[in-house]
This record gives sequence, C-alpha cells and structure tokens, in this order.
Amino acid sequence: MDQTTTARRTTTVRPTSGWVAVRPRELWDYRELFYFLTWRDVKVRYKQTAFGAAWAVLQPFMTMVAFSLFFGSLAGISSGGVPYPVFAFAALVPWTFFATSVALAGNSLVEHERMLTKVYFPRLIVPAAAVLSCLVDFAIAFLVLLGMMLVYGITPSTAILALPFFVVLAAVTALAVAVWLSALNVLYRDVRYTIPFLVQFWLFVSPVAYPSSLVPESWRMVYGLNPMAGVIEGFRWALLGESDPPGPMLAVSVLVVAALLAGGLLFFRRMERSFADVV
Amino acid sequence: MTDVAIRAVELGKIYRLGERQPYRTLRDAVAAAATPARLRCRSRARRVTPDAPASSDRDWIWALRDLSFELSEGEALGIIGRNGAGKSTLLKILSQITEPTTGEAVIVGRVGALLEVGTGFHPELTGRENIALNGAILGMRRKEIERRFDEIVTFAGVERFIDTPVKRYSSGMHARLAFAVAAHHEPDILIVDEVLAVGDTEFQKRCMGKMGQAARSGRTVLFVSHNMAAIESLCSRALWLDGGRCVADGAPAKVISDYLATSLSALNDRLWAQPDLAPGNERVRLRRVRVRPEQGAPEDPILVTTPFLIEIEYWNMRAGAHLNLSLHVYNEQGVIVFNAVPTEETLWRGRPFPRGLFRDSCHVPAHLLNDGVHRIELLVVEDAARVIHRTDDILVFDVRDDGEGRSGWYGRWPGAVRPRLAWETECLVTSDAVAQDDG
Repeated sequence: MDQTTTARRTTTVRPTSGWVAVRPRELWDYRELFYFLTWRDVKVRYKQTAFGAAWAVLQPFMTMVAFSLFFGSLAGISSGGVPYPVFAFAALVPWTFFATSVALAGNSLVEHERMLTKVYFPRLIVPAAAVLSCLVDFAIAFLVLLGMMLVYGITPSTAILALPFFVVLAAVTALAVAVWLSALNVLYRDVRYTIPFLVQFWLFVSPVAYPSSLVPESWRMVYGLNPMAGVIEGFRWALLGESDPPGPMLAVSVLVVAALLAGGLLFFRRMERSFADVV
Repeated sequence: MTDVAIRAVELGKIYRLGERQPYRTLRDAVAAAATPARLRCRSRARRVTPDAPASSDRDWIWALRDLSFELSEGEALGIIGRNGAGKSTLLKILSQITEPTTGEAVIVGRVGALLEVGTGFHPELTGRENIALNGAILGMRRKEIERRFDEIVTFAGVERFIDTPVKRYSSGMHARLAFAVAAHHEPDILIVDEVLAVGDTEFQKRCMGKMGQAARSGRTVLFVSHNMAAIESLCSRALWLDGGRCVADGAPAKVISDYLATSLSALNDRLWAQPDLAPGNERVRLRRVRVRPEQGAPEDPILVTTPFLIEIEYWNMRAGAHLNLSLHVYNEQGVIVFNAVPTEETLWRGRPFPRGLFRDSCHVPAHLLNDGVHRIELLVVEDAARVIHRTDDILVFDVRDDGEGRSGWYGRWPGAVRPRLAWETECLVTSDAVAQDDG
C-alpha cells in the first residue's frame, strides 16, 4: 500500500563483542524520532508550572545576583573591566545550559526504561535529544544576556562571529559527559546521586564566578583540561571582547572534549547492547 | 512471495539469573572485583559460546537455545509455549531490542514490534501530539503518520478530545488511542506479543481484527499468544517453544494439539518456598496455588464428574488492604469459561486484611467444565477496582472425560461448559395407539 516502495532493508542480528563503531547512517534513519524526542522534552518541561519558560532565566539570573553581591562586591573579584553582573551572567548562561543538559541527559536512559525494553532505536538518540532540548532554555537566557549587555552599554566586537562555535562546543561538551553518565547510570544507579554533586563541583572549578586569569599563567593550559573553562572564556571573549582570545587553553579544551566524546561514544556503544537486559 | 523474510540460525540467548534485578550499584561491583574468581567468571560469560557455562552453573539460564527457522514473506507464524519458554525473548531479539548471545538472524524489511501499546505516551501532551510522538517511536515516518492521522483518530473514537492532554483521558480512551496508533503502523514484518490483547473483550476483538487483516493482506506476521483459537485462525504456521528450544514447527492445528496434549499437566500444584521467587510484588505475594479434588487424594485426576477446589495461598504485605482475588478460567480455545470472585458470604469480603498469610478456596462443582486443558489467570484486586497483581497461567489443569453420560458416543463433546441439566423425556403417545385410533 505504500506509494514509496523503497528497497527492503536487510538487517542482520548477531552477537557483537568488544568495541563497535557508531553507525551514523542508522542515526540518520532515526532523525525523526530524534526530532520528536527533543520536541517532547521542550514541550513538556514547563507544563503545569506557574512561571513557565521564565524558569530558564530565573535560575541563572538569581545566581548572577548572588554572585555579584558576594563575589563581585564583597570579595571584590576582578572582572577585567566589565561590570561584574554581565561578566558573571555571560558565564552563567552557557554554564546553566551545560549543567541542566548533563543532569537531564545523564538520567535520560534510565527514565526511558520502558522505551528501551519495548522498542528498538539507536539509544544514542535519547541523551542527544535531552541535550538538544536544553538549547531552547539556553536561547531564552541568551536573549536576557543580550538585554543586559544593552543596559550596560556593551557592544560586541566582530568576535561575536565566533560565538556559534562556542555554543556548539558547549553542547558537545555536555553530550560527551552525558554519554558517559547515561550509559553508566543504566548499570549503576549511583550515577543519579553523583550528578548533582558533580555539577556543583564542576561549577567551582570553572571560571564562572571568577576569571580564568586568576589562575597563574603557567597553569592556564592545565586549567584548560576542564573543557568548560574553554567554553566560558570563549563566551566572554566573543561577547564582551575585553580579554584576549583564549588561545592555548581553548585548544586544550577542544582536545579534551574530542577525546571525551570519542571515548564516550565507544563506551556507550559497547554498553548499548545490554541496556535492555540491565536497565 | 517465496522470498525469505526472516532466517534465524541457531539463535541463543543466555541470562544471568538476577541480571534483571532493578540495578547494580558500584559497591556491588567493587565487592565483585575484590573476588577475582567471580570477576573472571563474569567477564568470560560476557562472550559466551554455546558450551561456555557448565550445566552445573545454576546462575545462568538459556532463555533461547539453538533456535533455527526460516520464515517466508507473507507467512503468519504463531509462537506458542508456556511462560518462560523463550517466546518473548525471541521477539525481543528479532525486533533488535536485545542481542542474541549466539547465532544470527537475517531480517529483510522493516520490523514493527507491538510489544506493548502506548510506549512513550506522555500524559502532559495532547492526543494529537502523542499520536505523532508514539508513531515516531514505533518507527513510522512523519508522512505516514500524517496520512493516517484521521483514520487513527476515528478508530480510537477520540475526535472531540484530540487537543486535550491525555492525562485527562479515561483509561479506556487512553488505551484505545494507544492501540489505534499501533494498529495503523504497517511495517513489512509485524511482531505482536499477546500483551496487546489485554484489555476489554471489545478491544481484543479489534486487535484480532487488525491482526487478521495484516495476515490476509500478505504481511509477514509473528504472533505470540496463549490464545490457541486466535493462533489457529490467524496463523499459517505455528512454532512451539519449550525451555528455549523448538519442539515443533508446522501446521497450527497439529502443533497446537500436540502442545495441549503433552505440555501442561505439571502445573496443577505450585509451591514457592522462597518468597522472593514467587509471583507477586511488594503488596501481595503468592505462596501456593493448586487444584485438587474435593474428596480423595490431592493428586487424583479431575474428571468431568469431580467437584474440585482451586486453592490460592498468598501473603498480604500491607495492613488494612481490601483485597479480593479474581480467577479467570480459560479453556483450550482461549475462551474464558468463567470468572470467579468471592461471594457475599465469604468471611473476609470487604474487611481490611491484616498482614499475613491467606488462603482462598474456590469450589467448582462437578458437571461444569467440559473436558480438556484449562488455564487459570489470577488477578489480585484492591478496593474491588484496581488490579494490583496479575499472573497468566498460574495453574494449568486437565479435566478428564470418564465416559459418563456419553451413552456410547465418543466424539468430541462440544461446548465451553458441560452441564448436566435436568431433562425429562415423556412419552406422550405411542404410534401404535395412533394407528389404532385411525383404524
């Protein structure tokens, strides 16, 4: 009855062992499911909440207020010529995106248990859709950031053209971490309890409340091992344009993310075959 | 039409007992790592070869073993066997949800698995949105969903509520919509587990209707069911699994009668010594179930003329629960012969149960059931409305024909029940008398 009589796909089901590669073609075949899962996450997130999408802004905004008061005014942390509130918010926007993505995507496989045991699809879609859905919150918060820059009279330089790269880097970083955590979570539910702590800890070691220039020059490369350091400094540079471009530190961050993602994908694919049996 | 749709070669799947436990924790893993021998055993078993785990290793269970078969395009294969025979495992392997441990299967075409309806339904989304989402989860293309959207809505009968969140739906509407989406999915190979058929009778009929349509329109169908009548009428071939192996493969009528004849008598008395292995959940757990004659030894056969008892012993784990059992007795054809519940006179009816062990006995009179194999499905109901536990085939027993009342006729006695009804025959007038009157 189908008008589109496509060639029948032949699938071979057999035991796999060891490491297996990601199958991009298969992911592409399931792009509609990917789209629908993302769309559902976005649609459902603020249903039956009084503030709705305002939550996307409220969280980073309140944090910014607290940071400005305690770190900016009282502790007197240098924000390199930029008003401290903007300085902090420019970091909190990508940071919140990263933190919510990791939390949501890290628990995503476990939360979709019924789907995992009833239907086949490339499991990678689940954490990826969770990360992608957080981009909507990011976009809303980003608009507020632009508004703040306007209020403080900061006009971005041409460096803003580099911003999409940093957005992608933030998303890939979140995905890389989430791929590890979500797969581990299927095996060990400890991960569920680890995630909030991990995110909190990560906030302190990332240059959100303070500039990375606080870290001695000679240690800056090591600091770049935290990929969020590269992302956040990238954001500040692209938007506020005060400091120098984050050169070597960013390069280290990019390499770390690439390694984390590649390893995560391999690990995920290796665990994937037992998800339905273990979850 | 003779193209191969599925070719399975020596498929096997091994499970570690307890692998399906809720979850492992890191602490367990650390503990296991501290015991090198155990760790070695585990890592070896991740790549099991057919003869790797010794038969003495009781931790392992082959859910499916060396199963080979070939299915041509357009065939409808019914899969039968008792619970734990490997039926669902086979479907899960063929629908790629889980990997086989050994062997391989080549599948030509798109597979659509209806292992459960409503997977991925989100209560906050509207009916319209859930149709789109659920369709995508089942593997339908967006165009396909759009084309069939109106049909799905009409089939489910939810036109007026299509833009209402499904959390406001009645459970019936929810189930109808879920089923409608699943039923309008048209993959090359349709895989159906019986779970689809739970629900009200009307619902089961619709499900069967759709299945029949799919089979008749030349789609390849794999169908797991306990409903022998459905398998016989819908399938062109039947596969009987037991202990993960294929016992018989052939014409449905033959395979089904062999299956019913040989496999079922062992389930008329079941005792679970270890509560954690017994059917149940955190509210209620079974201890013993059996079928026995009212008089004589418990192992005596049950004849058509024997009054017998169905006994269910169970632990109630929560004080104050209002429980009642409900027994569905099915015959070989998958028809529910009767549904029994406690009567008004039952001592504990309507009273809060303390925590403890209970026994329900249901007295089945003689001359009620026809001869043949009967299965009992047990439901534990709370507050007379909510099913909190359900087990299929909790008991399987044979009612035998002792020849009584047959008056020398030995054909198959038709009917779901075999009552001995009061019956009079009177001679109103003899023809001799008529002849005399005429003369």
